[in-house]
Amino acid sequence: MTKTLRYAGLAVSVLALTAMAAGAQEVVDDQLVVNGEIPIVTEAPAPDYASALGTIRSGWTFRSEDTQMMQADDFDNPGMLGVEAARAAFNSEMGTGGESCASCHDDPESLSTVRGTYPKWDEEHGTVQTVEMQVQECQTERMGMEEPYGYNSTDMINMVALLSSVARGTPVNVAIDGPAEATWKQGEEMYYTRYGQLELSCANCHEDNYDNMIRADHLSQGQINAFPAYRLKDAALVSVQNRFRGCIRDTMGETFAVGSPEFVALELYVASRGNGLSVEGPSVRN
Amino acid sequence: MIMTRRKTLATGIGAMGAALFVPQLAMAATTEEAISAFTGGATPGEGDLTLTAPEIAENGNTVPIEVSAPGAESIIILAAGNPNPDVATFNFGPLAGEQSASTRIRLAKTQDVVAVAKMSDGSFIQAKQEVKVTIGGCGG
Amino acid sequence: MAENVTPRVRVPSEATAGEVVTIKTLISHTMESGQRKDDQGNVIPRSIINRFVAAFNGETIIDVTLEPAISTNPYFEFDAKIPESGTMTFTWYDDDGSTYEDAHDITVG
Repeated sequence: MTKTLRYAGLAVSVLALTAMAAGAQEVVDDQLVVNGEIPIVTEAPAPDYASALGTIRSGWTFRSEDTQMMQADDFDNPGMLGVEAARAAFNSEMGTGGESCASCHDDPESLSTVRGTYPKWDEEHGTVQTVEMQVQECQTERMGMEEPYGYNSTDMINMVALLSSVARGTPVNVAIDGPAEATWKQGEEMYYTRYGQLELSCANCHEDNYDNMIRADHLSQGQINAFPAYRLKDAALVSVQNRFRGCIRDTMGETFAVGSPEFVALELYVASRGNGLSVEGPSVRN
Repeated sequence: MIMTRRKTLATGIGAMGAALFVPQLAMAATTEEAISAFTGGATPGEGDLTLTAPEIAENGNTVPIEVSAPGAESIIILAAGNPNPDVATFNFGPLAGEQSASTRIRLAKTQDVVAVAKMSDGSFIQAKQEVKVTIGGCGG
Repeated sequence: MAENVTPRVRVPSEATAGEVVTIKTLISHTMESGQRKDDQGNVIPRSIINRFVAAFNGETIIDVTLEPAISTNPYFEFDAKIPESGTMTFTWYDDDGSTYEDAHDITVG
């Protein structure tokens, strides 16, 4: 018996066992309205290319009521601490010429259409760019900074959380055709590729087994509309690509780097599976 | 060897790279000692003390709890299964609107959360609730 | 002083005399428990906020003793009685000796 076969067998047994525990946790289907004024679409019809899901559901719908409630009021959401830090950074001088983000963009609210439409094809660079890459581009090419925010740095995660917070309630609507199509297809292929010694693809858990339990955790559809997410486990905001890294690591696989072309492609594809949900970050997750 | 379901799951857990958090139990103070220190040795009775905590916490790092005891001077919260059972003590002043408070606490594992209130007549009352702490998914 | 410690409080700006109002507070702080170890296996020393006091015109509303079992970014919600116009003060005491303060005025109309 080869190792590969043995691990594949184990992966199957884990999934089979956890499926037995399915239904242990009730889904609360209450509507999420942040601060009593921003309605969030947490369920929507699946796009054609994600028809296996039938209905797409925000990770919020998979969480316990206590966790859900922490996201309903910005004061109770510790992720908003990061948003506030980024709002201060937005208005402070960063560039060699003394520019701040506000020098070009007035206020974060003027950027409310950004989060829902990224990752996005960038004509000038001939590549699909994430919000993080766009922030880095602003910093290096327009503000003259030699060292932009690190892709997965706290400053960057906070800035993305700020851009998400001002976009909450707007639909996720990433373009998957035209020049972005090749990248999207690369991401789709990755989604269905089995990684690691456990030989698990994204789809094995998040398409085939969402709503089942994996050990004591309620598997979601792996939607990323609500990132960055304040994870209670980490007591910190977590970026979407860092979450990808964690998933692949847990398959006992070599992961791609945060900010790598592979993860950019995967982010575009996974984001597109949530087209129709609301931008929701910073969210609260377990 | 007979593989029980639990053992099979444990194998799966190990294989999935989860780091199981094993709390150190080095601290000498027990919950009984902590209660005794708070009450001056008196055994707390029952009364109008409400401890609200989730039956199942999705993550032990951040568990929302609330205590309420009308007329209390102070309320101590203890977590019997933590390395050190002390969690917090709320002392209510003259301008407390109600003798209640909410906070978020860390629980190392499934355990009883205990609240003891000191009432204005010098008596003590106690409430207890078990909180099941889940270990999470493959990330642990 | 621990880095990036920012207090947030939610307090109504107006109240009626004798009204009981709900207060929420959240302060950014790692609340290092003293139970964790770093990559080299050394215990990371405890560094927490160990006391929180809310008062109104100098009279105590609530005085909390915090232990390492309080979560990162300590959160409190409690009720305060507002007898007259005045100032609500909030003070957090850090293990390292520093204090963080916030204050909000409430007008009784």
